[in-house]
Amino acid sequence: MATELGPTPVKSPASGGTPIHHGPKGVGEDNKILSQGKWASWLLAPTIIALGIVIVYPIISAIVMSFQKDAGLDPATGLFTAGGPAGVQNYVNWIAQQCSAPGGGTVACPPGTLGGQFWTATTTTFFFTVVTVALETVLGFWMAMIMARTFKGRSLVRAAVLVPWAIPTAVTAKLWFFIFAFEGIANKLFNTTILWTGSEWPAKWAVIIADVWKTTPFMALLILAGLQMIPAEVYEAAKVDGATAWQRFRMITLPLVKPALMVAILFRTLDALRMFDLPYILTGGANNTTTLSILVINQIRQGFNSAAALSTITFIIIFIVAFIFVRFLGANVVEQSGATGKGKK
Amino acid sequence: MSNGTATTALRAEQDRGRKTAQNREKWAQGRTYISAAVILIWCLAPAYWMVVTAFRDVGFTYDTSILPTHVTLDNFNTAFDTSFGNRFGQALLNSVFIGVVVTAVSLLIGVFAAYALARLNFRFKYLVLGFILGASMFPGVALITPLFQLFTNIGWMGTYQALIIPNISFVLPLTVYTMTSFFREMPWELEESARVDGCTQGQAFRKVIMPLAAPAIFTTAILAFISSWNEFLIASQLSSDATQPVTVAIANFAGAQPNQIPYTAIMAAGTIVTIPLVILVLVFQRKIVAGLTAGAVK
Repeated sequence: MATELGPTPVKSPASGGTPIHHGPKGVGEDNKILSQGKWASWLLAPTIIALGIVIVYPIISAIVMSFQKDAGLDPATGLFTAGGPAGVQNYVNWIAQQCSAPGGGTVACPPGTLGGQFWTATTTTFFFTVVTVALETVLGFWMAMIMARTFKGRSLVRAAVLVPWAIPTAVTAKLWFFIFAFEGIANKLFNTTILWTGSEWPAKWAVIIADVWKTTPFMALLILAGLQMIPAEVYEAAKVDGATAWQRFRMITLPLVKPALMVAILFRTLDALRMFDLPYILTGGANNTTTLSILVINQIRQGFNSAAALSTITFIIIFIVAFIFVRFLGANVVEQSGATGKGKK
Repeated sequence: MSNGTATTALRAEQDRGRKTAQNREKWAQGRTYISAAVILIWCLAPAYWMVVTAFRDVGFTYDTSILPTHVTLDNFNTAFDTSFGNRFGQALLNSVFIGVVVTAVSLLIGVFAAYALARLNFRFKYLVLGFILGASMFPGVALITPLFQLFTNIGWMGTYQALIIPNISFVLPLTVYTMTSFFREMPWELEESARVDGCTQGQAFRKVIMPLAAPAIFTTAILAFISSWNEFLIASQLSSDATQPVTVAIANFAGAQPNQIPYTAIMAAGTIVTIPLVILVLVFQRKIVAGLTAGAVK
């Protein structure tokens, strides 16, 4: 993805165009950019090299692995398989849910095996993503609107929203596990006797509620930062023109906060698609709460190469979603972050 | 005289108008306070429940009274107790060690990149920025499989470096990103004046900019440390009993009997892990919110 960047982006010929070492015309400006470019490449080199080692190398190696057969006993045949090139077999196994059959060839994976769980895990992951991000957007927007008002104790509220954010997700998961325990406070508070982590829908809602609790503050703070960039005069002018509160919200707040909102939604979506800690600890992935990330982790000990194929699929799914956001929904992350950097007071 | 009555009528009218406006204002203000209270309760109640339970006698685990009852410090002793195979104390040290190393390395490397991205004009600047941002959004699960195999092959499983190196993959981009947006807002004219006074660019950076950038760097360090402290996925797979961080220790916390979950001790452990972070975050609230939203990365 970024290998062509290399440690010295300045000299990279990747993007075509004119090479940087061109003739003597425009000496002053060009030399400045050239020397700054040299400086920049030296300053950036450590970061790019480090990221190359910790991200680019594993990715390439995962892709290479994903085209290899897993050595070991074939669960279907009981025979030892030596590994070797597998072509796209690992991908086919996951996507078409085909497991190798005793007589060679493939059959549909029996339910319960990891191979058979790919589409359920994908559905679960997208379900969690859509529901949590939708709830967090609505709740976060509401929280941000409240926090943008002036009232006594506003700083207290702004401090309080940081508390769920600061608690490690693993602790959050255990905390909600306790809240949702059979004899726990949730059941007592609502006078119910639900076995929260014991069946499909309560388990799903437990994960969703815990996730919304933990991550809405982040959403609210991002939206608040967007709200604070809207000048008060715009609202005053609209008020003078007789716009109702709803009109002001729909015609001023929404369009002006949209860039910040889109970035917040993008970040949360990508984060939710890789959700792992919360369902892994809260429900153990039982009762159809296994996300794609959990499925990869479960697969690792059964075969690296097959797990590598699944993690590559997960990566591609997330990449596609990010692409759709940036390309079609206008979430301009790089420019937006530049804007917040400059425009913030 | 009719003029006078007209004036009083008008004044009464205005008064009424002002009163309804005032009433509406009061009502709006009241609603704001109710909403604020709802937000406060929603955010704090679960965290409060953890702390209250942490101080509750284990026999009253499921007590529902809001105020602390049967207060005891036993749970904190149980949390540190190693007789059931828990190594919470060791895990705390591990988390601090891993967090400090990851933060130090990321800052050391990242500060230069952030300076370049904020201050210098060069080609592919936005490409580099996009790459770094993309890196921070990267799914950890895509790294874990090759690293698992690699570390198994070279015998690094369960070592500290096996936990530190993958953590850099998401802490470093976060560091660069947050610091870039902080650097953009610094008074760089001072650097120019230092250079006019005969400093080299390096000297200007070290002697003028670094002291001014200290708060920004400190905030970034807190954010970096928190994200390393909270990491679970990679640690849950690549750590051993001796090197596991607190998140893994808490997730695997065992009780005296396998079928009985030691909730109160877990809540005590969670409280210990959380309270320092919460205090840190509240003290540096303003800066942290600025860092979070400017960098716009988790």
